[in-house]
Amino acid sequence: MALNLPENLYNQVIVHLTSAYPHEGAGFLVGKELDDQRSVCMILALDNEWETNETHKRYKITPNAFLEAENTAEKHGLGLIGVFHSHPDHPARPSEYDRKLALPWFSYLIISIYKNRVGHATSWLLSDNRDHFIEELLNIE
Amino acid sequence: MANIRIPTPLRTFTNGDTDITVKGNTVGEALLDLTSQYVELKQHLYNEDGKLRAFVNIFLDGDDVRHLNGENTAINAESSLRIVPSVAGGLIYSHTVNMSKMQ
Repeated sequence: MALNLPENLYNQVIVHLTSAYPHEGAGFLVGKELDDQRSVCMILALDNEWETNETHKRYKITPNAFLEAENTAEKHGLGLIGVFHSHPDHPARPSEYDRKLALPWFSYLIISIYKNRVGHATSWLLSDNRDHFIEELLNIE
Repeated sequence: MANIRIPTPLRTFTNGDTDITVKGNTVGEALLDLTSQYVELKQHLYNEDGKLRAFVNIFLDGDDVRHLNGENTAINAESSLRIVPSVAGGLIYSHTVNMSKMQ
């Protein structure tokens, strides 16, 4: 699988995640899948709804936000194809916590954000048996 | 029979179908019927202890069944169920990832 993310949408993701720093930021990737290629057509930047003061290391998108995003995507003839979120001051690798709560099939785009710079971007899929993530090709173009 | 709407990331396990007709008199029975029809769904809806995973929310006619009677909530043939995930995660890196690129 490969995730194709146009540069202008990547830039929108970065604006959202840097504005959330030092907290985690998150949102949905909306687009379509054809064969083993996923193309992002729009992003939905969302508030981090994690309830406690741990938003520097946790993010949450509520069920109601999920419903609204799914409806928005369908209105545009598209679908939700993944989630993006930041790892402030940490590598762009999924954590054990990410894995436990991961949805199958979704692309998980993770971007490390530091105080004065943007780090790496990676994208991941949950394995069929849920016990690890598999990195997928990320094309930012 | 009741209807269950499947969220986008789980439709890969229902052959792309969005709405599934299920049998049962309770939410739990409806989910059991769903996972009998689509066996691969089970591990994503339930954890190893047989409980619904934390990110799995079941709505009955717009209400979260956690605020009703959970999986024992009664349903009827006109009921409209919806599986709605919450999405969460966060850092604390661990070495449980497979670094191989998927082709």
